[in-house]
Amino acid sequence: MILTNIESTPGKKIMEHFGLVCGSTVRAKNAFKDMGAGLKNIMGGELKSYTALMEESRRQAIERMEEQARQLGANAIINVRFSTSNIAPGAAELYVYGTAVKVE
Amino acid sequence: MLDLIFLVIMIGVGYFAGTRVEKKHYKSIEEREAKFIYLPAVSSKNLLEDRPIDSTLLVQGNAVIATDYFKVILAGLRNLLGGEVSAYESLLDRARREAVLRLKESAQGADIILNLRIETCQISTAGSTEALAYGTAVYYKK
Repeated sequence: MILTNIESTPGKKIMEHFGLVCGSTVRAKNAFKDMGAGLKNIMGGELKSYTALMEESRRQAIERMEEQARQLGANAIINVRFSTSNIAPGAAELYVYGTAVKVE
Repeated sequence: MLDLIFLVIMIGVGYFAGTRVEKKHYKSIEEREAKFIYLPAVSSKNLLEDRPIDSTLLVQGNAVIATDYFKVILAGLRNLLGGEVSAYESLLDRARREAVLRLKESAQGADIILNLRIETCQISTAGSTEALAYGTAVYYKK
């Protein structure tokens, strides 16, 4: 599956459009890891466990989007966009969407 | 009284540890930015050179950076008077630059990164921010 965040797939011609595909995941933070984060909030610095959590969650959202595109018979997704929203204190939704296409 | 002592300790730890962490982080950011100077990340969507393309890849990088307690207090005081909150500016700057660097690190061997987009979101009310950078890495035919 080819993913790009521009309107084309450089070097390859788009044959067919399938429309919008998306994937999302809602994640809550781990209360135990959050205690470490509380300490970091005094000292400053990177919250590595959160960085990893967000990365992993985003990967899951991408996988869901790819699965949807595969079912439509697409082999590429163009114009991919990421979006994050805080839906409740301590929980975030990671949303990814794009246009499923078939390239040569 | 005990509360006040505790607060002073928290501010003190925040000031000394926070300043050190930030200095160290900026040094590391500058070193790595110099290392990746050969790989341009642009916000345009078109290639300037018309060279045959081998493949493209969506690359991303993210970083969650927490602020220290001293800066939280500083920003709190700023909220009374208004004006520029430089304490939080450096926090966002660090998170964004770190995210772009991680994006470049994940695009080993790429020639250019098109349509670089940076997004930020608040992780907790205590003052930690996430920056996400993503773009399309282009590999030319060698």
